[in-house]
Amino acid sequence: MALTTAPDPTRRGSGSVRPPATRRGTGRIRHGEGLAGYVFLSPWLIGLMAITAMPMLLSLYLSFTNYDILTPWSEVEWVGLANYERMFTSDPSWWHSVRVTLSFALIAVPLKLAAALGVALLLNRAWRGVGLFRGLFYLPSLLGGSVALAIVWVNMFNRDGAFNSFLALFGIEGKPWVNDPDWALETLMVLAIWQFGAPMVIFLAGLKQVPTELYEAASVDGAGKLRQFVNVTLPMLSPVIFFNLVLETINGFQGFTAAFVLSNGTGGPVDSTLMYTLNLYITGFTDLEMGYASAMAWVFLIAIALITVLFFSTGRFWVHYSDGEDR
Amino acid sequence: MVASTVAPPVTARPQRPRSRSWLRLIVLLAIVAVVLYPLIWMIGTSVKSQEEIVNNIGLLPRQFTPGNYTDGWTNFDVSFGRFFLNSATVSLLTVVGNAVSCLLAAYAFARLKFRLRGMWFAVMIGTLLLPGHVLIVPQYILFRSLGLVGGDWPYLPLLIPQFLATEAFFVFLMVQFMRGIPRELDEAARIDGANAFGIFRHVILPLSRPALVTTAIFSFIWTWNDFFRQLVFLSSLSDYTVPVALTLFIDSTSQSAVGPMFAMSVLSLLPVFLFFVAFQRMLVEGINTSGLKG
Repeated sequence: MALTTAPDPTRRGSGSVRPPATRRGTGRIRHGEGLAGYVFLSPWLIGLMAITAMPMLLSLYLSFTNYDILTPWSEVEWVGLANYERMFTSDPSWWHSVRVTLSFALIAVPLKLAAALGVALLLNRAWRGVGLFRGLFYLPSLLGGSVALAIVWVNMFNRDGAFNSFLALFGIEGKPWVNDPDWALETLMVLAIWQFGAPMVIFLAGLKQVPTELYEAASVDGAGKLRQFVNVTLPMLSPVIFFNLVLETINGFQGFTAAFVLSNGTGGPVDSTLMYTLNLYITGFTDLEMGYASAMAWVFLIAIALITVLFFSTGRFWVHYSDGEDR
Repeated sequence: MVASTVAPPVTARPQRPRSRSWLRLIVLLAIVAVVLYPLIWMIGTSVKSQEEIVNNIGLLPRQFTPGNYTDGWTNFDVSFGRFFLNSATVSLLTVVGNAVSCLLAAYAFARLKFRLRGMWFAVMIGTLLLPGHVLIVPQYILFRSLGLVGGDWPYLPLLIPQFLATEAFFVFLMVQFMRGIPRELDEAARIDGANAFGIFRHVILPLSRPALVTTAIFSFIWTWNDFFRQLVFLSSLSDYTVPVALTLFIDSTSQSAVGPMFAMSVLSLLPVFLFFVAFQRMLVEGINTSGLKG
């Protein structure tokens, strides 16, 4: 959620994720500075412990219990791996939510990135008006995650909505797409793709970094536009593509608001929009099965960590850093 | 102003054929239509009468019906004025919390030397990708056991994390920004007798203004739009923020609420839209350039 807008990855590649260099020569910690360091760090440290670490551990513990918010702590029962067992073996709606989330991410994210890259290429020439277009295209990324826009979207793809009146122009009779289990999730995918502006801005920044000499050299060598795109643009842009891919995939897995609004918090119609986070919310806060919800949260966390590791380990094979540093 | 943001760094390149640039413009305008259509449709619907919402599929109403706004404003037992006030309170205090706490942490990471700094920095980066949904259940339990959920001031569970620099993205953004501030300035201040606090107060704080502004704008917009945490932590109608209140319209399944619902949706997006108009350049470019000089 907090990652919808991204730091510029083009300046330092992913290598910017390094602690600031200490001055090796004067390596000793200056008198009093160590203390000052912890004074300035203290709000963050308290936050890390109380808001992040402790809840994580609590959640890990709860995932082995049958805790719900109503029973007193003394009556909480340790159930071992029962929650995890139930998730993997006897909870079809959990598997269903995994499928819904995966298909959402696998379809919406690539299409959104393709749209973002395509539009960025269209805008990547200096001419009057680029700034205006770029601003307009970015607007949905600012508004799109809100409840208000989800409401608009649901109505737009309902029976009397704008989408059906558009189809009517071609003589096609629409249907209430958001009430159709086969189509409800697709409308949410379209909403995600509509917010292509944020990755587009990052692509544009990346495209600006590609030296024009490379295109000139390629064109001298007789490469056409398509060859230039495949052999110059794509490799030079691969760190940015990688960055957007990781970020958007992780964001895609966490889609909640639009699915909640479309289904009024149920994941319907017929569980077709039961995103993982929505399922987690229903389990924890509607059914009050907080022990089970904690187990779901931990599986989610591990899955996201694994996917991130997978991205970074495959990234070595296709992400090209132009400064030649091995990362 | 907008057009000048892109200074042409382009060297003498042969002019592209005119037809190609016309084609490009037509494609771009088509995309603009797709991007803006839902927003214009939303505004149009918000001033249509109930009858027109069903029958008139056009963008604009035949008869301008501003009554949806007054109906929506008072649709529930608590007026939308209260919801807007609640949202503004949460968002503005979040801005303050993020700006202060993230700046302090960023200064420690970017400039001060202390034991385990590298490790803490790595932990901070690790929390950058931690999904908030994972922590919501235990956080709810903890805040509830402290009597803070639905308590005298129900926004504490939403605000306390923001005052403890848990939004790692902003810490990271500010660390990156501070790396761009010349260390010679620190040294000069140190020679003049300033300690770590003096350097923070007289060098880093004044020079970090661009990063602070970026942080303020983004934390306002994200908090204003946030739904998940507010849905979980707010339980009584008079405490609701705008997004949570908007979902009440969905509960009332009656068709008659569509116009008022759209009217309130438009109003709820207005602050974000105004921010967008005022800071358009900063929002689009800010995070790339001013916020994050590597």
